[in-house]
Amino acid sequence: MDKSLTWREFVITRLIQACCYSAILFVLLIFFFLLREGLPALAEVELESLSNIRWYPIEEYFGILPLISGSLIITLGAALIAVPFGIGTAVYISEIAPRWMREILKPLVELLGGLPSVVLGFLGILIVSPYLRTLLDLPTGLTAFTGSLLLGGIAVPTVVSVAEDALDAVPRAYREGAWALGATRWQTIWRVTLPAARSGVLTAVMLGVGRAIGETMTVMMVTGNAPVLAVRLASLFSPVRTMTATIAAEMGEVANGSVHYHVLFFIGMVLFLISLGVNIAASSVVFRAKKRAERILS
Amino acid sequence: MKRVIVVILLFSFLSTSCGPADSTQADSSAQYIENKGSDTIVNLALAWAERYQSEHADIRISVTGGGSGTGIAALINGTVDIANASRSIKEEEIAEARTKGVNPVEHIIARDAIAVIVNPDNPVNELTLQQISDVYSGKITNWIELGGEDRPIVRLSRETNSGTHVYFLETVLRLGSKEDKTLFSMDTLLLPSSEGIIAEVRQNPNAIGYDGLGYVPQDLKMIAIAAEAGGAYLLPSIRSVNNTTYPIARDLYMYTDGEPVGAVKDYLDWILESEAQQIVAELGFVPVE
Repeated sequence: MDKSLTWREFVITRLIQACCYSAILFVLLIFFFLLREGLPALAEVELESLSNIRWYPIEEYFGILPLISGSLIITLGAALIAVPFGIGTAVYISEIAPRWMREILKPLVELLGGLPSVVLGFLGILIVSPYLRTLLDLPTGLTAFTGSLLLGGIAVPTVVSVAEDALDAVPRAYREGAWALGATRWQTIWRVTLPAARSGVLTAVMLGVGRAIGETMTVMMVTGNAPVLAVRLASLFSPVRTMTATIAAEMGEVANGSVHYHVLFFIGMVLFLISLGVNIAASSVVFRAKKRAERILS
Repeated sequence: MKRVIVVILLFSFLSTSCGPADSTQADSSAQYIENKGSDTIVNLALAWAERYQSEHADIRISVTGGGSGTGIAALINGTVDIANASRSIKEEEIAEARTKGVNPVEHIIARDAIAVIVNPDNPVNELTLQQISDVYSGKITNWIELGGEDRPIVRLSRETNSGTHVYFLETVLRLGSKEDKTLFSMDTLLLPSSEGIIAEVRQNPNAIGYDGLGYVPQDLKMIAIAAEAGGAYLLPSIRSVNNTTYPIARDLYMYTDGEPVGAVKDYLDWILESEAQQIVAELGFVPVE
């Protein structure tokens, strides 16, 4: 009896351990696959050609800079929209809204996150982009800004959901302490609750940005996909082409093992490295913030 | 999308051929025709195959897409009876076929015209091929240069993997010249679907786009095109395509190994009859006369 219990315990522990390791294993396998398919691009295409500003793969123009800049400018725009909106919503739901309202609001916001991105893309093509074109008097409404707006919308639910959980986890004693010291509600939120939940809020932002940079369908539909180098502020209001849209649009028709095929995998590799960079940067900030908090508490 | 349809159809073929196993055994005279190639033609080929099979119970036709090159390669390897292509076979493909003892024979089965479309509010009605080329290469950037309003031109194109994109590049941008290395202007919007182009042209008076004649809805304006300055401006229509006066139209082909015989010959003959050519018109292509 006792023996079978320990044995069961052992099996379950190992199973859970295997689950954990398999996630790491999958990431490693994917990364090796990307390396294997993407690195030949460096041998087949000169670096000079890769850093060209023209992307026109059917005539052997493989400049990936416009694609990288396109992804970055859209993600930046989306973050600028999603972060204030998302954190603001999370603060309202967690700190200000009465209990009954909160129980309605949170599922509703999370429902927004379940909207298929292709549906948002349709909304973008049929409503947002024509509206923006007339409102801002642009040549076309299919711009990086349109993409940023919709991606912001996609990232908001992620940010709200995770940030709200983090705020909710801040002990009630912190707020009561602040109120007892005579702080107003806003001072409590801004100086006590938010800093205390900082690492969770940062995770929320990071997940939101990750959601935005990896999003494909919506950007493919609304950003116009013109591979123009986006370096000026005005580029935000002109069409751009992202890395994800390029891979999605071209991978289906490309000949297996061709130069174009390898370059597309190389783009996937760059995308992976950018995500990895965002993750590492964010977790190091969280880590440093924790150490500082521990110092203050001790 | 087309791929999906093909897969669904394949499954339905499989299920119908697997279901009544005894009846297919009894019907040992059933003839199979393998048909593969261009994605432009795949819907048309499927519509033909469906109609033909409903009339000829002893014929089974399987249709797959994959692109013109895939279809021709399959014909050369002897895995299909008919290859569909939206371009004519290349010299090197013929040479490769010869080495394998295959003799590709060309059949023109329909025609496809590319319409250049603008918003109905755009006052421009007619352009020459050279003007369209200059618009898409970025030499002309404002509608005022084409006799229109003072508006920037927003160029719309299909993605680079589309056969229509390549055809437009070769025939319009480069005016059919092989040495010409003109490219699309960098700020050309590359949209992943016909629907995207149509939605943008419908609401944006700055836009110019192109698409297969069959995909252009009534509420958009087609541009009349002249092959050269001073020539007649023509709208794409069954007539102007068939007498080859409309400059951006292409033939669609089927290739067989040698002159067709038996069931394949009957099928190809049927395709050129009025019933099958009516399907061509219904799907927005131009019937051959």
